[in-house]
Amino acid sequence: MRHDHLITSKQLSRADIETVLDRAAEIDADPSAVADRHANTLLGLLFFEPSTRTKMSFETAMKRLGGDVVDMGSIESSSVKKGETLADTVRVIEGYADALVLRHPRQGAATMASEFVDVPLLNAGDGAGHHPTQTMLDLYTIRENAGLDDLTIGIMGDLKYGRTVHSLAHALTNFDARQHFISPESLQLPREVVYDLHQSDDGPGIREHETLEEVLPSLDVLYVTRIQRERFPDESEYQKVAGEYQIDLETLEAAADDLTVMHPLPRVDEIAPEIDDTAHAAYFDQAHNGVPVRMALLDLLLADGGDLDE
Amino acid sequence: MSNDGGGETGGDHQLRVSKIRSGTVIDHVRGGQALNVLAILGIDGSEGEELSIGMNVPSDRLARKDIVKVEGRELSQDEVDVLSLIAPESTINIVRDYDVIEKHRVDRPELVEGVLSCPNSECITTGDEPVTSTFDVLEDGVRCAYCETIVRTGIASLIDT
Repeated sequence: MRHDHLITSKQLSRADIETVLDRAAEIDADPSAVADRHANTLLGLLFFEPSTRTKMSFETAMKRLGGDVVDMGSIESSSVKKGETLADTVRVIEGYADALVLRHPRQGAATMASEFVDVPLLNAGDGAGHHPTQTMLDLYTIRENAGLDDLTIGIMGDLKYGRTVHSLAHALTNFDARQHFISPESLQLPREVVYDLHQSDDGPGIREHETLEEVLPSLDVLYVTRIQRERFPDESEYQKVAGEYQIDLETLEAAADDLTVMHPLPRVDEIAPEIDDTAHAAYFDQAHNGVPVRMALLDLLLADGGDLDE
Repeated sequence: MSNDGGGETGGDHQLRVSKIRSGTVIDHVRGGQALNVLAILGIDGSEGEELSIGMNVPSDRLARKDIVKVEGRELSQDEVDVLSLIAPESTINIVRDYDVIEKHRVDRPELVEGVLSCPNSECITTGDEPVTSTFDVLEDGVRCAYCETIVRTGIASLIDT
């Protein structure tokens, strides 16, 4: 199966995912072996939304492969401010770069942009839609800590707008994973995502919950996302649910000793700092894994037009 | 075969929608959907088309139905198929010299392009980009090929007029 672009985790088979994760593990073990592999390669960074980890890890990944980046810069200083369309922007930058990374506030932006370019395009987040490269580093972290088969995972927080959650949930249907989604009713998974998960033949099913307590003891992994305060129309409504979705050491007393706690970051108050020094905490390793995983993705997509089954 | 325009109950209601010489009769349209049928086909009379519309006429099958007759134009299969989104029970009669020479039921297409607008205001297709709206057709609705929003009810209200 060939992929010229990486738009959504839905396009990836189990074999595709394992190819990327295995390549990332090779690179992680010996980064110097690929230090010059993509010398003279330029990666175009088009970030129409703020980003720290994703943008910097792509930049780091490209430079560690021997290449470099060209950066569109801030929206305020770009032609976007003059009213240029995304379609025109990507067609122009395609002329400068060998591959493009796009983050955009509108859903479907990466899908549309990919129709206008021939170089590989990686979706680094399209509104509340998808964030497939985050998913690959999430899967890498899960595989390192708990394995990807016979997995019971709880995904908790803002599931409605959380694009990392949508991409991860789709990808996990390739594996023998039981997925429990924990959120306030107002932040449940979009029905479109639920529709897709139910369409999947491979997954053992999903369940939705409003409280963590009922599923916590059975979990191998707890993936926490930030409840986005700004999404609530009423501050009092936020206050009703915010406390219920924070975890601390007392919360984890009911969890398995080997529970892995993950978070795509940034966190606010969902995970108490006292958890950071426990064996449960995997979120900083998770962030660090962004570099080898994105090195692997770039390496595979830049090699002969992008064959993930190389 | 006579061009009866779908007058299944006979009687004087046939006379309310005149026979056409050549063109297309879209029959068994759910009551109240006739104008949406024209909108989804992009027919607004501005090209000089001669149109006859019957709305909420008695029907054995639908109780009340609409009928649309388009003089001088035979609908293509693609045009016919897109009708399935809002008028799945409709039948299409192609008329030449007052005779029905072909009678079709609509089939659901796999996708429709440039017909519907995505209701998700955050979808890339709702901005100023040079992109044609595209919807995959599901068993019970349509889905934006860009933002993936699923619409199951009120599809007629999405018709891009």
